[in-house]
Amino acid sequence: MDFALDLSAPPIEARGILTQFGPNVIHENLDFRVNRGEIVGLVGGSGTGKSVLLNTLLGLKEPEGGVVRYFGQDRRVLEPKLRQHLNNQIGVLFQGGALFSSLTVRENIMVPLREHTDLPLKLMRELADMKIHMVGLPITAATLYPSDLSGGMKKRAGLARALALDPSLLYLDEPTAGLDPIGASAFDQLILGLREAMDLTVIMVTHDLDSLFTICDRIAVLVDKHIAINDSLPKVMAFKHPWVETYFGGPRARAAQNTGAGKTQTTGSREG
Amino acid sequence: MSPNTEIKREPAREPEAPTFTLSQIGGGRLSLKATGNWTLSQIKSVDQRLKYELESFEMADVDYDLSGVNEIDTAGAYVLSRAIKCTSGKCYAWTLMNQDKGQSMLLTAAADARMGQLPDRGRMWYDVLDRIGRATHRFWNELYDTLAFLGHFFIIFMKQLLNPSKFRWKSVTAMTEEVGLNAAPIIMVLSFFIGAVIAYMGANLLASFGAQIFMVELVGFSVLREFAVLITAIMLAGRSDSAFTAQIGAMRMRQEIDAMTVIGMETYETLVIPRALACLIAAPLLTFLAMLSGLFGGMMVAWLGPTDISPILFFARMQESVSMQHFWVGMIKAPFFGLIIAIVGCRQGLAVTGSVDSLGARTTASVVQAIFAVITIDAMFAMLFLKLGL
Repeated sequence: MDFALDLSAPPIEARGILTQFGPNVIHENLDFRVNRGEIVGLVGGSGTGKSVLLNTLLGLKEPEGGVVRYFGQDRRVLEPKLRQHLNNQIGVLFQGGALFSSLTVRENIMVPLREHTDLPLKLMRELADMKIHMVGLPITAATLYPSDLSGGMKKRAGLARALALDPSLLYLDEPTAGLDPIGASAFDQLILGLREAMDLTVIMVTHDLDSLFTICDRIAVLVDKHIAINDSLPKVMAFKHPWVETYFGGPRARAAQNTGAGKTQTTGSREG
Repeated sequence: MSPNTEIKREPAREPEAPTFTLSQIGGGRLSLKATGNWTLSQIKSVDQRLKYELESFEMADVDYDLSGVNEIDTAGAYVLSRAIKCTSGKCYAWTLMNQDKGQSMLLTAAADARMGQLPDRGRMWYDVLDRIGRATHRFWNELYDTLAFLGHFFIIFMKQLLNPSKFRWKSVTAMTEEVGLNAAPIIMVLSFFIGAVIAYMGANLLASFGAQIFMVELVGFSVLREFAVLITAIMLAGRSDSAFTAQIGAMRMRQEIDAMTVIGMETYETLVIPRALACLIAAPLLTFLAMLSGLFGGMMVAWLGPTDISPILFFARMQESVSMQHFWVGMIKAPFFGLIIAIVGCRQGLAVTGSVDSLGARTTASVVQAIFAVITIDAMFAMLFLKLGL
């Protein structure tokens, strides 16, 4: 490879993003920066365009204005080979797992390896099994099809696929939605462990207050068409904005805060 | 790792090829010293070599010295972990000489993963027999299920007939438009061409012994008795039957069918019966249209082709020599075909499970089975009419 990314540059830096559908402006003058090694939680009310922002950051949607830089590089001006190299640094866990339903879990994880490496098949299989193990799935899950998996297992399998190429940047779209409290908190711990082991930068869209309190280093709040604040939890909670105050002042947030304050494993406060 | 500490990283540079040296040290330990970039894109070059060289060492415990490694990821750690010997769920000890937390975590993860690995089971010679057995089993199951579905359908259908107000007429009307009216143009065009082709071939063949005029009978018999209804049935199987399977299958995948059952709607009543009724109504009408356009196609060739039979002569001869019974022989088959097509389509749709694959497989099976059923029933009718002398 004749190119290596400067991994010390900020993994993501978005400036002046403008997104609109017809006359309907979703984001205006949106700035967003993520530093290396952080876990950033992205929160915002329904319909504020979190998913659209995620798609813009992923390059699935071109913004109407502004620029997104990955590791200091503007993806649009990179030549295809470098762009691919950049893309391989990014792993995504989609909300429902987005596993390919015609492939087994192991084959799903092998898809990125098959596409982007020329390793022998046996080694690929072994590496896929290692990822299955790392995300906490039993090894017997390797030969199952996605339709045979529970919701939590699908997320873990999706995470294993996202990690297949050892990305340095990981997107998680509502990783704990639909999981029971024990599963959700185990998933949180898994993310923390993987961040340590694999040196990941994580961006998670979440509504799970426990996740926000226990594992996020910073929280970015998407209100009024831009990121109003992107800072550590105490500062975000002290931020004067009606939506933010309601969000973090509600009974659920207080309960989560009490259990999550010591960064311990929480299980009790996630009732439906 | 605190987010705010700046992490020192080597500036971007060419990745170095990974290298390793193995040596035996005191106390039955193996020392593995590695340098370079042990990453996914680089490990291919060392994996086999490391595996091979490890075979000549009989060491139990491993000391890793990874201080010369620039970069390591899970793939690199996995390859390095090959040095750790594992036997039936238990691995020998290993130590990392340089205290790097990230490397240590990766190696731990890799060693753990190796411990839990399943033994590789290759393909066996008897897998073929296994597959043949499964396929046979599946075939009989499929046949049984289709017949069971047919029986269930008729029970519900009879119940509804006793209480016609329970029919969902709105749904039936909409389906009939989709299945019947929208299919009319294509079926008429196809039938026109079939009629024309038969007339043309008949004219050529019969002219060789001066019996061109018999092409009228040929077109009349074949279009009325067989072709009109078969074209209709095959088009319905390709067009509507696959649509039924896809619609119902997609509903099944999105749990819409489960929701309907929970709300208390009978699946057969809401989904199957309207489709079956629509096909039952549409198939004879479409067959009639196909007959008209097939005869028209034959007439056009007879008139404009080399035989030069005028339309008046064509129809006069047809009335004289092709009796009404041929029309009814063709017509009577239409509702049977329509019904079996609807039933096969719905049954396959309801058999879809969660995966996208099964939707595709079921749609294919649906079209194949529908056409198979149509041809089989047609053959049975042919034998029946032969015995009856019709």
